Amino acid sequence: MHTPTGSLLRLATAGSVDDGKSTLVGRLLHDTKQVFADQLDAVERVSRERGLAGADLALLTDGLRAEREQGITIDVAYRYFATPRRRFILADTPGHVQYTRNMVTGASTAQLAVVLVDARHGVVEQTRRHVAVAALLKVPHVVLAVNKMDLVDYQESVFAPIADEFAAYAQALGVPEVTAIPISALAGDNVVDPSRAMDWYAGPTLLEHLENVEVDHDPRHCAARFPVQYVLRPQSSEFPDYRGYAGQVTAGAFRPGDEVLVLPSGKRTSIAGIDRLGERDVDVAFAYQSVTLRLADDVDVSRGDVIVPADRAPEVTQDIVATVCHIADRPLRAGDRVLLRHGTSTVKALVRALDSTLNLETLVRDPGPSALHANDIGQITLRTAAQLPLDDYADHRRTGSFLLIDDADGATLTAGMVGVPLGTAAEG
Amino acid sequence: MTKETELTVVDERHAVDPAPETPTTGNEPMRLDHLDALEAESVHIFREAAAEFERPVLLFSGGKDSILMLHLAMKAFWPAKVPFGLLHVDTGHNFPEVLAYRDRTVAEHGLRLEVARVQDYIDDGRLRERPDGTRNPLQTVPLLDAINSHRFDAVFGGGRRDEEKARAKERVFSLRDEFGQWDPRRQRPELWSLYNGRHRAGEHVRVFPLSNWTELDVWQYIDREGIALPEIYFAHQREVFQRGGMWLTAGEWGGPKDGETVQARSVRYRTVGDMSCTGAVDSTAVSLTEVIAEIAASTLTERGATRADDKLSEAAMEDRKREGYF
Repeated sequence: MHTPTGSLLRLATAGSVDDGKSTLVGRLLHDTKQVFADQLDAVERVSRERGLAGADLALLTDGLRAEREQGITIDVAYRYFATPRRRFILADTPGHVQYTRNMVTGASTAQLAVVLVDARHGVVEQTRRHVAVAALLKVPHVVLAVNKMDLVDYQESVFAPIADEFAAYAQALGVPEVTAIPISALAGDNVVDPSRAMDWYAGPTLLEHLENVEVDHDPRHCAARFPVQYVLRPQSSEFPDYRGYAGQVTAGAFRPGDEVLVLPSGKRTSIAGIDRLGERDVDVAFAYQSVTLRLADDVDVSRGDVIVPADRAPEVTQDIVATVCHIADRPLRAGDRVLLRHGTSTVKALVRALDSTLNLETLVRDPGPSALHANDIGQITLRTAAQLPLDDYADHRRTGSFLLIDDADGATLTAGMVGVPLGTAAEG
Repeated sequence: MTKETELTVVDERHAVDPAPETPTTGNEPMRLDHLDALEAESVHIFREAAAEFERPVLLFSGGKDSILMLHLAMKAFWPAKVPFGLLHVDTGHNFPEVLAYRDRTVAEHGLRLEVARVQDYIDDGRLRERPDGTRNPLQTVPLLDAINSHRFDAVFGGGRRDEEKARAKERVFSLRDEFGQWDPRRQRPELWSLYNGRHRAGEHVRVFPLSNWTELDVWQYIDREGIALPEIYFAHQREVFQRGGMWLTAGEWGGPKDGETVQARSVRYRTVGDMSCTGAVDSTAVSLTEVIAEIAASTLTERGATRADDKLSEAAMEDRKREGYF
């Protein structure tokens, strides 16, 4: 095991069942020394029991007994590994059942997605779906891992056209950065260690790329957002008049003195001071820090409000047009009354219309569906009972996203993204 | 340190490419290292749960993960007090140093502590001792009773996804039915940082703020923050005997048996649980730095090395989770 000292990278993997995703994840864990002797013993024991010749690294990511017995798949398993440069959180999404919903979940927090293809098959329909989900969820970096290069004699002439086709498709969908890497997860080529069989490839191994890719957006470039989570009023002898608004900066940066608006009310004030987890009066609070803001004026602020820069405020509205991924097994229909969770706010909402469904393979939007079923991607129109400060998801992943929730039992129904980034209307 | 090298690189980048459109006074690198990022995420989770639930409680054993949770909770609500109390499910097989630490901490910070005692259940016959003497699996009933009688609707647990494969699929907000059971079918996908804590009457939610931490992160953060731990986490001389490949402390709860010999060794604990099934590891590490070095070089997982209860079967943790265990 390595002692990490660098930043944290969240990534998601996507691949069809036979693309070797489990082997790749097992290989990453194994070759970065995250697999311990007792885990490897267990893998070797089970491999023997199943009559396999060697240790099947895919077993490192094997499912729960409950999943096998009930034939269900729990959407995402999280894996952890580290190198001296970085700590990684890998969202491992099963490829077969409930695929879209799983990948949407994994991709929602990912800064990078690894899409696997089989070198023998190249870019297939499933690959197009994977890229479309990554593009839809605005995952900033996509890596194409062309796997099983050992089965095509490690030939550049196989790899290059796949990489070109993939890059063209991803860029057309608006994926900002694509990197293609030829690998063999089974043999270990270019996963952690450079391949000796592919002299023609001069780029990084997959792990080198994961270690070095620049994923932090610069908070200086981004309009700041601060959903208020909790009001801190100690009313203690030491802090008799302290009133602070606790939350996580979801984008950009705030400094004392900044002119801000409290949304949705629109009241204007300025930041009097920023405290960070017991550290008083820090100079700046930037994206993903958890901090406490103190405001100059005695304005009414509570959980659910969003504090934003006065000159870069989002629209405040009750009408939402959004792209959604339906999650629950019960379908979503026009006329449904639901709860909408946005940032730290929960409001009542009405599904006014199901506008279309998006075919992830053709990127054509079919109008007027009667219902959205689990794993459907669609465009819907909502009306909320209260005003919400909504960002376009393309600009702000955290304040441009929401959930629809069933008021009766609290189930999460639908994941939503404000705006309609992908697809063209069906002809005729 | 590699960390300083990284920060220097970032500084150079900003010096070459200053952001033009946003007026800034400082040139400080706006980047979180992995511990900062994990801390910010855990604090976010604590604040979400405190705001969304009416009666949360934090499971506190005096073990390092619960100590870390309390530390994060105090930071999350500073300068106000932590807006929930602590619950200890006491197996009765405690390390005295850990109980002393627990009581000291509660007194120092003016916290509320509820204790649910496995011993009480054994004394009045509601629970029976297991043949192997371990009481970890017996904690589930007192835990669920305490949740019901205090009407806790959210229970903060220190579980981490890196611990075990049944935990790898655990949610940050994990819904439990009215019997405290974890049903994989009813777990809700968690997207972005939107945690859905809605539940029906009688149900509750387990909240895991340390979901994304690894054992090494925990130790590195404890080191960085200068958090005090019970002494048993550091190398000390102890009378131990070997069972199932682990060093167990000699005591009245079932050891040593015939053929097991007691010897004094320099050991430390990686986890702290029921004394009868929590093993010590050979160690000379007397400081956090030395502990971290030993962990980084270890070839066994934390639970594999030190928890007899997880060796019961391949699905031991999964079974206990389903029944309402931590």
